[in-house]
Amino acid sequence: MRRIVSVLMENEPGALSRVVGLFSQRGYNIESLTVAPTEDPTLSRLTLVTIGDDHKIEQVTKNLNKLIDVVKLVDLTEGSHIERELLLVKVRATGAQRDEVKRSVDIFRGQIVDVTSNMYTVQVAGTGEKLDAFLQALGEHTIMEVVRSGVSGIARGEKVLSV
Amino acid sequence: MELLSGGDMLVRALQDEGVDLIFGYPGGSALHIYDAIFRQKKMKHVLVRHEQGATHAADGYARSTGKAGVVLVTSGPGATNAITGIATAYMDSIPMVVISGQVPSDKIGEDAFQETDMVGCSRPIVKHSFLVKNAEEIPTVVKKAFYIANTGRPGPVVIDIPKDVTNPADRFPYRYPEKLRMRSYTPAGKGHTGQIRKAIALLLSAKRPVIYAGGGVVQGDGSGLLTELAQRLNFPVTNTLMGLGAYPGSDRRFLGMLGMHGTFEANTAMHHADVILAVGARFDDRVTNTPGKFCPGAKIIHIDVDPASISKTIVADVPIVGTVKSVLGDMVEMLKGTDEQPDQSAIVDWWRQIDDWRERHGIYAAPRYRTDGDMLMPQEVIRAVHEITEGDAFVTSDVGQHQMFAAQYYLFDKPRRWINSGGLGTMGFGLPAALGVKIAHPDTDVVCVTGEGSIQMCIQELSTATQYHLPVKILCLNNQALGMVKQWQEMQYEGRLSHSVYEESLPDFVKLAEAYGHLGMKIEHRDELHGKLREAFAIKDRTVFIDVYVDPSEHVYPMQVMPNGSMRDMWLSKTERT
Ligand SMILES: Cc1cc2nc3c(=O)[nH]c(=O)nc-3n(C[C@H](O)[C@H](O)[C@H](O)COP(=O)(O)OP(=O)(O)OC[C@H]3O[C@@H](n4cnc5c(N)ncnc54)[C@H](O)[C@@H]3O)c2cc1C
Ligand SMILES: Cc1ncc(C[n+]2csc(CCOP(=O)(O)OP(=O)(O)O)c2C)c(N)n1
Ligand SMILES: [Mg+2]
Repeated sequence: MRRIVSVLMENEPGALSRVVGLFSQRGYNIESLTVAPTEDPTLSRLTLVTIGDDHKIEQVTKNLNKLIDVVKLVDLTEGSHIERELLLVKVRATGAQRDEVKRSVDIFRGQIVDVTSNMYTVQVAGTGEKLDAFLQALGEHTIMEVVRSGVSGIARGEKVLSV
Repeated sequence: MELLSGGDMLVRALQDEGVDLIFGYPGGSALHIYDAIFRQKKMKHVLVRHEQGATHAADGYARSTGKAGVVLVTSGPGATNAITGIATAYMDSIPMVVISGQVPSDKIGEDAFQETDMVGCSRPIVKHSFLVKNAEEIPTVVKKAFYIANTGRPGPVVIDIPKDVTNPADRFPYRYPEKLRMRSYTPAGKGHTGQIRKAIALLLSAKRPVIYAGGGVVQGDGSGLLTELAQRLNFPVTNTLMGLGAYPGSDRRFLGMLGMHGTFEANTAMHHADVILAVGARFDDRVTNTPGKFCPGAKIIHIDVDPASISKTIVADVPIVGTVKSVLGDMVEMLKGTDEQPDQSAIVDWWRQIDDWRERHGIYAAPRYRTDGDMLMPQEVIRAVHEITEGDAFVTSDVGQHQMFAAQYYLFDKPRRWINSGGLGTMGFGLPAALGVKIAHPDTDVVCVTGEGSIQMCIQELSTATQYHLPVKILCLNNQALGMVKQWQEMQYEGRLSHSVYEESLPDFVKLAEAYGHLGMKIEHRDELHGKLREAFAIKDRTVFIDVYVDPSEHVYPMQVMPNGSMRDMWLSKTERT
């Protein structure tokens, strides 16, 4: 099963490498990983997507918790949550293609953030599935370059992950 | 406030932490620190002959005292030489603080002379590590390092210090923190009362119980409580290799070690148990054999301070996260407060069954090795040492058949007396560990049980023993082969002894010991065994190397059948299987 684990940890050098090291060391897989400091600059918030059965995920969370830098963590997939990923894509767009691409961008509520006479740079936010669908809608031949941020997530309602 | 350089701060912080002994080896990046050590008197430094020796000696010191061992090495090769010893301590959850010099901050990343990324190299084998950025952090980092190493599930912590940080020219105010607050680290303490109550109910309902106790009971000082609990309930106890001494080996409730080379009665009792109380043990694969076949009828209570140890390989029915001391203490109190007792007739039947197993194949009921041949048997050598030292020596060990014979035949009545590398299985551990133990316990016999293979991996420490007058006994069970490897080759590779023998290249250990200024002794025949051993152990002020020639064809039994065997599937001899 796909899980989104959100981790609050000390914003210390080396902390990230311990998290990544744990995954390779114990043979857990990482689908995606995002990290940045929080409003409190001594803390970082890390979101990672991993795949495994309940037993594996229990071991992943126990071992993450064991890292000295980790303050708290939550498996967002256990409750209802919001997940978002940012996509930036350079799309070839000349002649009639320009309107076609624009239409797709509108349907997926994306934005064109840069433009030349031959291409658009498009930004789309949403779940991973939505981004996949958008890329599919564009059709492979028009895509020049793709960057995805990896998943970020937060629980719905009043539940918060904080110290 | 006092102004100190980084080097002096480090030394002062160690002193303020109560450190009176460190093991180390100097080099460029550590020279400011070494100079600070030279200018003080409170802390003793032991110069080893190889950084691996420093880590094992600190480890032996830690295992035998319960205090964190401290190591100081230089950058680059000094740091990488320490890696094996750090990994050894990590696998067995031993508290240790390793301080490594590093190249100056402004050279880090430039492939500078003797630069290695020590924090990176050691990352998978430490509980935590620090790279010190400036001298002012040193007191807090030292305080945190010891706190982390000693609490929760103990383990090694690395402090990597760039040379500029210890520069004698730069001085800063020094104050050792009294208290620490770490929001990201709160080790478990007390167990959940509801879970403990459930565990007690399960124990009281047991008809075929076994207590399976491990290294956590030794390291967590839980032996007294474990013994009280087992005796109150009259339940059988088995110990892991790491747990030997957690329960008195001479008590009749002790079934011996369990696992790959565990006794017939311990492994068979585990297999048939209806309730297993696992305390400070981690269901290692050398214990469980095939997890899918592990103890099919048992409900499992698992006490461990590390939640990640629980239900890792074997799912616990009643998990309890907490220290052995606290949880076993609560359990004993609860039992004192109830009139309920386990079904006595069931327990009597269970003991009758266990005694029958003991009679049939137990290694303590009768010798299960040849007693009529010409060659000395390794088992009888260990038995003789047990007798001569009255079962009260500190026994360190290397890795191989000799380790298993020592584990099986030297019955430990006290915790912290059996000191060996279980999780990593590090050949070379025994001698330096013995030196670390001897420094902490100068008036007690310390024996290093080793093999002619293992001893050569850290033999240079014989010179350390000379320099610091550390009179230990080295008992080499010389079978002229990498015996444990050879045993596997004989059992699983049709006797193809690929590189497990030395072809007449062994040194004369007696002469070698003498070259270092020690006494050497060779024992080859049964009729000289007791006399010569007594002679050796009567010498209290010299290191004695006792080279005992034992039957090279002997195997360690029992040995669990692998792969796909259950706990109770064992080879009992070269020809007999359960
Ligand atoms: C050649 C060879 C053969 C071997 N054969 C065997 C064998 O036949 N049988 C065998 O048992 N082993 C054998 N071993 C050793 C084996 O590899 C493991 O090291 C050993 O089984 C682990 O012991 P343990 O379960 O007691 O755990 P340890 O490694 O001692 O771990 C201790 C556990 O207790 C916990 N703990 C620590 N402190 C506390 C505390 N204060 N409170 C609560 N919990 C705490 C820790 O979190 C950990 O889970 C062999 C090793 C070698 C090299
Ligand atoms: C550093 C290291 N290298 C290799 C091994 C694999 N190994 C385990 S036991 C053993 C043989 C040990 O020989 P010896 O010390 O003579 O002990 P014996 O088994 O003969 O009693 C070897 C090579 C190990 N445990 N450690
Ligand atoms: Mg040998």
